[in-house]
Amino acid sequence: MTMENWLLRLERLHKHFGPTCPDCRRLTGPDVGRSRCPRCGTVWACVDINLHLYAGEVLGIVGESGSGKSTLLQMVYLALRPDSGHIWFREADGTVCDLVTLDRYETRLFRNTRLGIVCQRPELGLNMRFSVGGNVAEKLLLAEWRHFDRIRVRTLELMTRTELPPERIDDEPATFSGGMLQRVQIAKALAIHPTLLLLDEITSGLDVSVQARVLDLLRRIQWEDRMTMLLVSHDLGVVRQLARRTIVMKNGAIIEAGLTDQILEDPQHPYTQLLVSSAL
Amino acid sequence: MSTSLDRLYNFALLDEDAKREIRRSLLKAVALPGHLVPFASRDLPIARGWGTGGLQITMSIITPDDTLKVIDQGDDDSVNAVNLRRLITRTTGVNTTVDTAEATIIQTRHRIPEESLRADQILVLQVPMADPLRWVEPNLERATVMHSEANYGKMWVYMYESVVRAGDLRIASQYPVLVNRRYLMDSTPIPRWDVPKLHMAETLYLFGAGREKRIYAVPPYTIVEPLQFDDYPFRTEYQPGQRCARCGAEHTFLTHHFVADAGGGRWEATCSDTAYCARRRAQAEALL
Repeated sequence: MTMENWLLRLERLHKHFGPTCPDCRRLTGPDVGRSRCPRCGTVWACVDINLHLYAGEVLGIVGESGSGKSTLLQMVYLALRPDSGHIWFREADGTVCDLVTLDRYETRLFRNTRLGIVCQRPELGLNMRFSVGGNVAEKLLLAEWRHFDRIRVRTLELMTRTELPPERIDDEPATFSGGMLQRVQIAKALAIHPTLLLLDEITSGLDVSVQARVLDLLRRIQWEDRMTMLLVSHDLGVVRQLARRTIVMKNGAIIEAGLTDQILEDPQHPYTQLLVSSAL
Repeated sequence: MSTSLDRLYNFALLDEDAKREIRRSLLKAVALPGHLVPFASRDLPIARGWGTGGLQITMSIITPDDTLKVIDQGDDDSVNAVNLRRLITRTTGVNTTVDTAEATIIQTRHRIPEESLRADQILVLQVPMADPLRWVEPNLERATVMHSEANYGKMWVYMYESVVRAGDLRIASQYPVLVNRRYLMDSTPIPRWDVPKLHMAETLYLFGAGREKRIYAVPPYTIVEPLQFDDYPFRTEYQPGQRCARCGAEHTFLTHHFVADAGGGRWEATCSDTAYCARRRAQAEALL
């Protein structure tokens, strides 16, 4: 794995919400323990984020609430536009493009063909008024699948793979349990073989046994498809089970990065030490 | 048919600035086939929802030399058609006709005439609800974004669910169509029967929604494709063996109505396009 083998590279990514003032940068950040400027109220969600994501790897992003990890994921999903910086993406043919420069139409096309996302709250990732099958089919329909029976077969295939009862394909999401809804989201995300799967706090609302089954499923998918995943979680246990490499975020900045085991066993930054000692 | 011209009003009722603004929106609509163009829908002596969108388009494009035909559900003599025709003729003095071939502007609701239209004719449709995405996205702002990104996944899921629930694409009217391979458009309450007439037509089709303040257009020779699946294709209402009880036509859109007689009455299917039906009967009589 060389440095030139990356799939996704974030370069000096910035995102803030608010008017900004001359003292902003001095008064915020991990060193002062604040994301929100006390003078002008600007929230510095992501500051100077640099990272590489290699094809086939799972990268964990941990950090407390408000550390900017979900903002980072939303920017990679192209749902939030960064204020500055680049999101480089390497296509299968080796060409590299900056996703920040895509227009709305291209953005949607890219998202529909390359990205899959699983959100913490299923109602964000699913349309609760459509059937479960319809939700999974949406991805296929967006990818120009126009043969109804083939869409049905593929949807059933995905449901079997994600351990959902195929006979409930036409049921409404509201009749499904939390763990099953997460699996519906995973089925939807996998429908068109995405290049990159984004996971945002996927197991946060689930009880421990259901959480274990969802993580098992993701591990199997990762193993079978060599799927590249970006995993955001505040739960170190989840990150340890899935991610080989982890970055730790605090107040909008990356404060530590490395192999997951290394970070959990031998945390360097005081904040990471606190995080590890309080979680494990 | 003619009604005397009322000199009290400006030609075609609307003031010249209003007509100009509507024509400008029409030009934009023609340039972007199927795209919903906002316009300042004026107050008219007719309630919103009674065809004010179509009426305003007709009023803005009509000239004294035009020949006008107004139909409602295919019928020249229904209340809505009669009233709109009277208003237009009273304020413009143009000639009116029931003959589709003779008309230069045809204002219609719910139907496209059976006879194929020509390049020198304009069909103006009255639209009750302009945006097809309202079925899946009630928020107008979000629907506008979906249009701008050509994000019609939700609409396709709606079609998918229609097949799941009903076993077929069960949409009686207002069938969603994709115009020029770009914009999703509501075909208005025309029956499925008339949808293929929009595709690669010689005629300019203008759509006006007065209450929703939107104008859109299908220019001549534009690709208009109904949403459909390869294995569940779009189909018109045609049933083999169907026949107009009056003129005997087997290739027209029929309406069913109850005819009372001594024996209690019966259901009868007749041509929805009454002028076309009458002409076929006249031709048949002439041959006898």
